Amino acid sequence: MAEVVLDNVTKSFGDTVALDQVSMTIEDGSFVVLLGPTGAGKTTTLRMVSGLDTPDSGDVLVDGRSMKGLMPALRNVAMVFQQYSLYPHLTVRQNLEFPLKSPLLNTPQNEIDQKVAAVSEILQITHKLDNKTTALSGGEMQRVSIGRALVRDPSIYLMDEPLSSLDAKLRADLRIELKGIQANSGATLLYVTHDQIEAMTMATHVGVLDSGKLVQFGPPREIYENPISIYAASRLGQPRINIVPAHLFEGAPAGAKLIGLRPEQIAQGTGEESFVTRVEHLGDQTRLHLSFKDHDLITVTDAHTELKTGDIVKIKPQKPFYFDASGARIAGREN
Amino acid sequence: MSFSVTEASSRQKWFAGILVVGYALITMLPLFWIIATGFKSSPDAIAYPPKIVFEPTVEGYVNLFTTQTRLSSDAAVSAPQDLPWYENLVRKKGMTIVGPSRFSERFFNSVIIGFGSTFFAIVLGTAAAYAFSRFKVPLKDDLLFFILSTRMMPPIAVAIPIFLMFRYLGLNDTHAGMILLYTAVNLSLSVWLINGFIDEIPIEYEEAALIDGYTRFQAFYKVVLPQAATGIASTAIFCLIFAWNEYAFAVLLTSGTAQTAPPFIPTIIGVGGQDWPAVAAGATLFLLPVMVFTILLRKHLLRGITFGAVRK
Repeated sequence: MAEVVLDNVTKSFGDTVALDQVSMTIEDGSFVVLLGPTGAGKTTTLRMVSGLDTPDSGDVLVDGRSMKGLMPALRNVAMVFQQYSLYPHLTVRQNLEFPLKSPLLNTPQNEIDQKVAAVSEILQITHKLDNKTTALSGGEMQRVSIGRALVRDPSIYLMDEPLSSLDAKLRADLRIELKGIQANSGATLLYVTHDQIEAMTMATHVGVLDSGKLVQFGPPREIYENPISIYAASRLGQPRINIVPAHLFEGAPAGAKLIGLRPEQIAQGTGEESFVTRVEHLGDQTRLHLSFKDHDLITVTDAHTELKTGDIVKIKPQKPFYFDASGARIAGREN
Repeated sequence: MSFSVTEASSRQKWFAGILVVGYALITMLPLFWIIATGFKSSPDAIAYPPKIVFEPTVEGYVNLFTTQTRLSSDAAVSAPQDLPWYENLVRKKGMTIVGPSRFSERFFNSVIIGFGSTFFAIVLGTAAAYAFSRFKVPLKDDLLFFILSTRMMPPIAVAIPIFLMFRYLGLNDTHAGMILLYTAVNLSLSVWLINGFIDEIPIEYEEAALIDGYTRFQAFYKVVLPQAATGIASTAIFCLIFAWNEYAFAVLLTSGTAQTAPPFIPTIIGVGGQDWPAVAAGATLFLLPVMVFTILLRKHLLRGITFGAVRK
């Protein structure tokens, strides 16, 4: 296991700047989740660490050692690709054995058998070991792909949306398994996802990327509770944070153009009137779609609410976020 | 993997079957005729109307592999009793075997040159195709076009310059010269075909292998090559068929040491009149290696498409 440092890494593909002076320290044993929309540079960051691509400038250090000029094989990283990339001419077992049989590791066969058995148990693919990978379902392929990384003991695991094509139950199972493996083994993990639950539950740190720039880096709760911009605030939260003009409510500090309200930052029962436009019962919670001074807001209310479309609800901001015109957070008055 | 929307009716199946069998018979008829002629006696081979039922004999094959001379009457009388069967066969015509013919030598030349040039065309073609497919080669498209352009005229159009060059280099009538020539002609085909096959293999497999602890070459060898095997096998068949059947250059550039079978077989005609059974026997044997090679690689050709385990 190792500490991984990105030091001012910049990478362009043609005219597109994929990474712009990204610096990040992934501590030994931490689980870092990268968030950002498509094209923000998440996958490129993984490829920089893996050595599949090399930075135009800047450096990647593993345990203080520069990775410049080192082939992927020599960096001792394991990667789960978004596109699975299972070797189609090999069986599931051969796929899992493949990294262990590399000339670098050259693991003895009894050790290979042990590791493959252990990993396939965790990933629930034991019964598929002798199948061709081409005969697997999408979810099974993804599990084999994760397994091919887990059989190794690398300095860092890189995972590019590894749970994205699994069904909900398996995803929940594997989320716990992955977190467990990481916590028990003390593995360092760099993880790309769009899934907010994965980010909140698994990460020790979250890095928010915006068009190749790392805009915020910290523990997930810090990102959630103290975002530095509208962009960072929008990465986490389900339903998403409401962004409306600041003047709709009283008490906006000077310079505040926009106000950000997470569902729990909208107090119900006091304040000004809004209309219920839609009620969504999700079972464990109920989402309220509100119309407030011609702006739409979404918040959460009691699961057993009696509210229905057309009702009036009084609302009031509670410790909201204020942002200036550029979207940057400005210190707000506590109210 | 069938994608038929509806199962074909039995009538359609019969119709398709008759069509396929009929077509196969038409294309294979000359082949059968050659094989049959090889086992006919000389009079039967040129009989009119042609004989479909005949008494088979291996005379043609004996003639093909031997040189003979007319037996003097003294020698015929003093013949020893325990002659081998093929000598007896020849003696019936009043001939005797004086030695082996050049056929096996020529045939062996064809094997060396055909398989040798195929081997080099495939090895070099695969290496070049991989580079074109995976690396940023400057002027890649122009280079590929240039390689293809060597196919735009019939190879024989450059026969004279090649003849002169070969003479200057001392490559005339050598195995090395013929292997070099056929490799050069086949290379454009193999680069283009194999390039297409490698392009179809997603690069993610190699990236995965690089991460899994393999070098670029090991990744190529362990991951790309097995997946390109089908394409490479079919390319090899094309290369072999060209080199095996090539006639014009062989006539022009070889005469003795390195002469291949195609220019040799017609010359059998001159030995003791028009010996059609011997020619047919030579043609039959000449067909065999390509047939066997194709049948051996058929498994690869028909193995079907490996659906990649890559999410597109």
